[in-house]
Amino acid sequence: MTRPLISVSGLYKQYLANVPVLKDINFNIESSEFVAIMGHSGSGKSTLMNILGCLDTATAGHYYLQDRDTASLTSDELANLRNQLIGFVFQGFNLLPRSSLLENIALPLLYAGKSKPERREKAIQMLNRVGLAEFGERRPNQLSGGQQQRVAIARALVTDPKLILADEPTGNLDTQTSEDIMKIFHDMNAEQKITIILVTHEPDIAAHAKRMIVVRDGQIESDKST
Amino acid sequence: MIIGALLGEGWAAMLANRMRTLLTMLGMVFGVGAVIMMMAIGQGAQLMVNESIASMGSNLFIVLSGSTSAGGTRQGSGTVPTLTMADSQAISELPQIAAVAPNIFNSAQLIYASNNWSTQVAGSTPPILEVRDWQVVAGEGFKDSDIRAATRVLLMGQTVVKNLFGDENPVGKIVRVKNSPFLVMGVLAQKGQSLDGRDQDDTVLVPITTAQRQLFGNQFPGMVRMILVKAKSADVMAKAEQEMVDLLHARHRIHADKENDFSVRNLTALAQAAASTTEAMSTMLGAIASVSLLVGGIGIMNIMLVSVTERTREIGILMAIGAKNSDILLQFLFEAVMISLAGSFIGAVLGIACAYFYSQLNDTLVVVTLSSVVLAFGVAASVGVFFGFYPARKAANLKPIEALRFQ
Ligand SMILES: Nc1ncnc2c1ncn2[C@@H]1O[C@H](COP(=O)(O)OP(=O)(O)O)[C@@H](O)[C@H]1O
Ligand SMILES: [Mg+2]
Repeated sequence: MTRPLISVSGLYKQYLANVPVLKDINFNIESSEFVAIMGHSGSGKSTLMNILGCLDTATAGHYYLQDRDTASLTSDELANLRNQLIGFVFQGFNLLPRSSLLENIALPLLYAGKSKPERREKAIQMLNRVGLAEFGERRPNQLSGGQQQRVAIARALVTDPKLILADEPTGNLDTQTSEDIMKIFHDMNAEQKITIILVTHEPDIAAHAKRMIVVRDGQIESDKST
Repeated sequence: MIIGALLGEGWAAMLANRMRTLLTMLGMVFGVGAVIMMMAIGQGAQLMVNESIASMGSNLFIVLSGSTSAGGTRQGSGTVPTLTMADSQAISELPQIAAVAPNIFNSAQLIYASNNWSTQVAGSTPPILEVRDWQVVAGEGFKDSDIRAATRVLLMGQTVVKNLFGDENPVGKIVRVKNSPFLVMGVLAQKGQSLDGRDQDDTVLVPITTAQRQLFGNQFPGMVRMILVKAKSADVMAKAEQEMVDLLHARHRIHADKENDFSVRNLTALAQAAASTTEAMSTMLGAIASVSLLVGGIGIMNIMLVSVTERTREIGILMAIGAKNSDILLQFLFEAVMISLAGSFIGAVLGIACAYFYSQLNDTLVVVTLSSVVLAFGVAASVGVFFGFYPARKAANLKPIEALRFQ
């Protein structure tokens, strides 16, 4: 039996001298799972996601990613993990406003050390996949929110990551657009076996996932398959 | 590879903030411009000095009469003639001396047709041309027979030719000097400015006997105001000087406890002193201008710090998609260096243009050397790296999540 992709045990997170935002979090996530993390605003979902994405570090406890203790990794190794293993999709899209869509999508490949033609080819391919082929040279602000989120997804997928972390990816989108975005997530999980961890507070969005972890006041309230 | 791509990123960031980039560049533009212009002016001044020195004639001494004490008051050199034609002749027989030309001069008015021109009329002997390394470019020089017969002939400097004759060929023409008719025998080559800024071409040469007897009266017959002496080589200058001093001592019967009634000046040594002064000036100009490069660098640091703050979120995004600290560092460093290099380029063009403009305005020489441009660029690039490093490191050391959350 292989070890889980993600293993979190006894995780605490505390900002300054306040009460802890995360308290004794424990769970495993296997490869190619599709997990929704739910909870009220301020319950600590984003904090947890940022730690899972190696953007932030826990105050105490262990986080093993692919069997490696993330606390022992250098910042360069963490950067490599974010680049190769993880793809992020944010609520606010987080595209670079002054770069074209293709440049945005190709950027992770730059840090992966890929050549320019390689980067461009892959970026075009990804833009096709999210159905925006004809907009390659546009700037993000020339697109609708749903289109921008597709670009962000294309960027997250461009390095063929094993894990996608999406923090309220549909939070800024209307219902129909949200459904379109969720279909992309569903497909990448079903077809490419990409592990997806999705933060949301909307039940119909969470319904796309196969497992639901509910966080309340920094603690796991429930964790069950659907 | 990745360096090239990061360069592209830096370039894109520069283009995206054109106005700010331009303002940042201004510091470098003026810094490099000032350095190049100052160095060009300095080099030009040096070149002019060197040309003046070359035009003066090499291994040159000037022996002046005077410096006698009359009743306790010292009088200026040359005021009372104490040197004679015979002194000049005696000096020319010394072993280390190549050529000797006695000299008297005064200003006089020349008239040709309806033109007139006041200039310096110098009486001398044929060796003057050798002593001063002066060529006759048209006609011919006067001869010993002209000295003996005190003929009314003259050799004309270029400035006099221009003012009296314009484009006409003066050789063989008659001009009036103090109302006496003189034949223009030849035209002297152009010499340009002397070290003290006089126009060396604004002169005519006449046989010294003619000057003594016919032009400048007869106050001190047979006396000369100065003797120009050319030594055989640069190596024997000291020896030649000693020979001359000893000779004149003996000839003028000056006691050991008395002051000389002549003075010998080594013009070549004086010229070299002038040259090294100019060189020092030119170095100082460059050094002062370099300070503005430093100020430009601080400007870059300032703007880069603003840029890092402004783009903190962007840096967070880059880190989230896998940028290493070193990638961020390089990107910002490249941006700083490119701003300073682009600024340097504009500054170099501007500096060269200004130097040229300056030379036109002041009618002086400026010389833009490759080394001054290379130096300015090198310093500018180093300034970019040096002052870009702190902001770049600040950007690179941001924590990914803090950068991403930055509002
Ligand atoms: N950088 C921070 N400094 C201090 N407190 C923070 C910081 N980030 C989040 N918090 C606090 O942690 C709690 C959880 O925040 P977050 O993880 O963003 O919740 P969620 O994403 O579930 O809405 C909130 O009370 C929030 O105020
Ligand atoms: Mg949140």
